[in-house]
Amino acid sequence: MLHPHISFESSQTYLAAESGRDIVRDAGPDTLPQAPPSSQERGVRLEIRGLSKRYGKRQVLQHTELVIAPGEFVAIVGRSGCGKSTLLRLVAGLEAATQGSIRLDGQDVSGLREDTRIMFQDSRLLPWRRVIDNVALGLPPGGHAAAADVLAQVGLADRQPDWPARLSGGQRQRVSLARALVHNPRLLLLDEPLGALDALTRIEMHQLIEELWQRSGFTALLVTHDVQEAVALADRVILIEDGRIALDERVRISRPRERSDPLFGQIEKKILDRVLQQPGEAISPSEPLWPNTPVHGVRWAV
Amino acid sequence: MTDSVRELQVTPVPDTVDAPGLGFLPLAPGFSLPRLQIAAVLRDLGQRLLPWVLPVGLIALWQIASSQGWLSTRVLPAPSEVIKAAWTLSASGELWTHVKVSAGRALAGLAVGGGLGLAFGLLTGSVKFFETLLDSTIQMVRNIPALALIPLVILWFGIDETAKLFLIAVSVFFPIYINTFHGIRNVDPGLIEMGRTYGLTRWQLYREVILPGALSSILVGLRFSLGLMWVILIVAETISAQAGIGYLTMNAREFLQTDVVLVGILLYALLGKLADVFARGLERYWLRWHPGYQSAAA
Repeated sequence: MLHPHISFESSQTYLAAESGRDIVRDAGPDTLPQAPPSSQERGVRLEIRGLSKRYGKRQVLQHTELVIAPGEFVAIVGRSGCGKSTLLRLVAGLEAATQGSIRLDGQDVSGLREDTRIMFQDSRLLPWRRVIDNVALGLPPGGHAAAADVLAQVGLADRQPDWPARLSGGQRQRVSLARALVHNPRLLLLDEPLGALDALTRIEMHQLIEELWQRSGFTALLVTHDVQEAVALADRVILIEDGRIALDERVRISRPRERSDPLFGQIEKKILDRVLQQPGEAISPSEPLWPNTPVHGVRWAV
Repeated sequence: MTDSVRELQVTPVPDTVDAPGLGFLPLAPGFSLPRLQIAAVLRDLGQRLLPWVLPVGLIALWQIASSQGWLSTRVLPAPSEVIKAAWTLSASGELWTHVKVSAGRALAGLAVGGGLGLAFGLLTGSVKFFETLLDSTIQMVRNIPALALIPLVILWFGIDETAKLFLIAVSVFFPIYINTFHGIRNVDPGLIEMGRTYGLTRWQLYREVILPGALSSILVGLRFSLGLMWVILIVAETISAQAGIGYLTMNAREFLQTDVVLVGILLYALLGKLADVFARGLERYWLRWHPGYQSAAA
């Protein structure tokens, strides 16, 4: 399942045709060889049925049902402790479900899988390995060429010999993204990967993630507490409340998305309003959250 | 500050500009020193010399006190006498045989005790079963000072080499054991989880994540051990020995050769310092990824 290097061209046609999304995409680099579409480069179909997870007496997820089409980008939002990260860890095979099933292309998930990769909130780079070796981690010997290739795609070609301690937070997450993508995953799980970054770096990272996703066509599952981020990136935004799916909103905005798009603001407001129906401790009543409506200017974090 | 100096250096100043009085400074030809740089060099020199002011002053005072007859040579011979004694001893080759014997004992003890400490630390740190089995016992034994074992050790091994080796090995075991154990326990679980999700095998996980993660802690243990190693060596050698620095000093004491005793003491200091420099060198090399160990050269 490991490919010596990633080729993106072929998956594009597949993506546009199969999932029927209105994606505006720029032409990919011409230099890459035109490989025939193969099923290995497509995203995986994720099927979650009746999934429950309990830690001791605490019920974290209750009978969750979710189907994600191959190549789809789905964002999961919700307050802290709603169970969204648990869902991700279950899909990753890091933990076992109490009840229910998770299937990838019809196969039950029972442990870690080679075609699933996670990008963590903290980049989790090995501080004692140079950037290039971090990306090549877990690749068979001779994987450095592929690693260098992907590193160039995230814009860090010149940082190969550096120690991770010398990188900024955004650069570390880029390396972490490269490390995930070098394995050519069919399912990429993103566990609040941009939570610790500043606003500008986030926007850059959104563009980068979107671009790489469009090129390689993996299925993406993003957990975030930032509704704007979810709307910017995802085809579908799913809200989890108290371990249940409370909202499943399709985002029909052409890509690349503009935050100034009125539709963007509408969808974001709709999701936010739904989130805020639940009483939360994080909202201070004294100051209005968004004065005079331009919702896209509001960031939401719990 | 060094950056600004470097910048100034790359701006070539024509040779025709007079820079009187700078001939004594080692400079690349074709470059002339702006005033600012002289100040920087002097300040740098001052910083380097400052730590030496006190020891050099003390030795000078000592020399004066001895040569003026304020200090009896039986109490403290003059530094010049000590140097002379060191010179004769090393010229005759006697000094080196003793240093070799002592260093050999110390390193053998360190290899045995440190190796066992590392092995046990890795075992108890990585495998829960061995922790439960061994750790409480080791923690109990740890509280016995190694020197308290001397009577027992003499009964067991007599007063020959084995006794000294045993004492050193026992005392260096614990710092390395404890720090290895804690180093492994303190490896970021997030990194281990990451390693697992990225398909590392058990052995790869150990080599790529756990060992490097514990390394800084292990090296701290090593430095503690090196300090202890010399202390125990000194005690062991003064009890009884036929060779070694301890033997040299005890022998000199019999003949009231205070200068040779001082040579021995200074040798211990020198060897201790050498060991520490070596350990620091290891740290600087193995932990070069760590921002705390990155020198300006990086």
